[in-house]
Amino acid sequence: MNYTLHFGAVWASFDHLLSGLAIGLALAVAAVAVGTVIGLLSAFASVSRSRLLRGISGTYVLLIRNIPLLVLVLLVYFALPATGIRLDKYESFIGSLALYAGAYLTEVFRAGLLSVPKGIVEAGRAIGLTRMQTNISVVMPVMLRNSLPSLGNTFIGMFKDSSIAAAIAIPELTFEARKINVDTFRVVETWTVASGLYIAACFTIAALLRMLERRFPKF
Amino acid sequence: MTKPDTARPLLDIRGLKKNFGAVEILKGVDLSLRPKDVVSIIGSSGSGKTTLLRCVNLLEEFQGGDIILDGETIGYKTVGGKRVRLRDADLSRQRAMTGMVFQSFNLFPHLTAAGNVMLGLRKVKKLGKDEAFAIAEKWLSRVGLGARLDHYPSQLSGGQQQRVAIARALAMNPKLVLLDEVTSALDPELVQEVLTTIKGIVDDGATLLIVTHEMRFAREVSSRIVFMEQGRIAEEGTPEEIFGEGRSQRLNEFLKSSRH
Repeated sequence: MNYTLHFGAVWASFDHLLSGLAIGLALAVAAVAVGTVIGLLSAFASVSRSRLLRGISGTYVLLIRNIPLLVLVLLVYFALPATGIRLDKYESFIGSLALYAGAYLTEVFRAGLLSVPKGIVEAGRAIGLTRMQTNISVVMPVMLRNSLPSLGNTFIGMFKDSSIAAAIAIPELTFEARKINVDTFRVVETWTVASGLYIAACFTIAALLRMLERRFPKF
Repeated sequence: MTKPDTARPLLDIRGLKKNFGAVEILKGVDLSLRPKDVVSIIGSSGSGKTTLLRCVNLLEEFQGGDIILDGETIGYKTVGGKRVRLRDADLSRQRAMTGMVFQSFNLFPHLTAAGNVMLGLRKVKKLGKDEAFAIAEKWLSRVGLGARLDHYPSQLSGGQQQRVAIARALAMNPKLVLLDEVTSALDPELVQEVLTTIKGIVDDGATLLIVTHEMRFAREVSSRIVFMEQGRIAEEGTPEEIFGEGRSQRLNEFLKSSRH
C-alpha cells in the first residue's frame, strides 16, 4: 500500500484547528468552573448528616455517571427545548459537561473530605468556629490540596471530552479537523495533527498542575 | 456595687451522664472548679477522663446532668420539660469560652504558626488582621516561639507544635483551659518544654482542667487531683492527700501500675 503524506492541506487550515483548540479549552474551563461548584456542593452533601442531602448527591452521581457523555449532550441539546428551556448550543454543551464533571468531581472532593483529619475539624470547633466557618476555613483548604492530583486528572479528562461538542456542531478542534477531512480527504494527516494538538495541550495543563502542586506542598 | 463572687464556681458539673449506645462512659460525675483552680484528672484509660473534658467543650453530646460554665448552663436547654441540644451558633459561642489543647496537637496544616493562632481571633472574635497578628505574636513569644511565626506545622517539632496549640487556645482568652493528655504524643525529650509552658500558664492564674498521665507534674501544679475509675470520680483531694502516705489501696495500685 502506498500512501504519501501531504501535510500542506492541513497546514493551510491550521488556524482553524488552533481556533478550535481555543474553543475546546474555553468550553472545558467554563464547564470545570461550574462543575467544581456543583462537585463541591454535592461532595459536602454526600458527607452531610442529612439523609435527604446524601440521597440527592448519591442519585445525581448515580444517574450522570451511568449516561455516556455523548448521550447526555444530545439529551440536553434536543430534549431540553421540549420543556421550554431554550439554550444555545454553547450553553447547552457547557451545562452538560459541567453536570458530567460535577459528578466525577463529587467523588474526587468526597475522597478529599474523608482525608481531612477529624482532629483539625474538632480544633476548629473548639476555638468557637461554627460548622460553616470550620468548613470554609479549615476543611476546604486542606481538602482542596489533598484533591489536587485527582483534580488534575479530571481537568484533563474534561478537556478531552470537549471533543464531544463536535456532535452538536460546535466548531472546536475535532469538528474543525473533521471539516478539513471532508474538504481535503487528508484523513491521516488531519487526525495526526489534531492528536498532536490535543497531546500538546494536555501536556501543558499537566505541567501547570504539577507546578501548582509544587507551589502548595503536601501537608 | 457587687463584689466579684469568688464563692461561685467557674465550672460546675452536676450528675454528668454520657453513654455511647449501650455503653455507659460517665455514670454521674460531679465536679466543681473555682476561678484559678488547677484540677488534674488521673485514672486508667477507659475511665472516662477524656470524655469528661470533651463534654465540657461540647465536642460530645451527653445524656444526663448539667454543665454550668460561669453561671450559664451549656450545651442544652429545657423546652417544655424536654432537654434539647442548643443550635450550632450557641454551641460555638459557648465553646469559645473554653480553650482546648489536644493530645495530637491538631494544628491547621495549611496555616503558619501565626495563622493558627489568628484564625479564631479573626473569625470568632472578629478582630482586624493587625490586631489579631499582634496578639498571635504576643502569645507565640510567650510560649517561646516568637521566631517561628511563619513556620508551618510540618516544619515544627512535636513540642513546638503543641506549644503553638497552647498559644492558639490561650489567645482566645478563655475562662477555662482544658488540656487533654497534651504530652502523651511527644517524644520523651520534648515533654519538658511543654510542661514548662503549662507551668507558666498556671503561674499567670489561669483556670485549668487537666487530663494527664504525668503524675509528678500533676502533683506539682495542681490544687486538686481527681481520680476517676469506670466513669465515676473515685477519689478527690489535694495532691498530698492523693499521692501522700495515707492513700487508699486502689489508688496505690493505680499509681504503681502507671509508673513505668
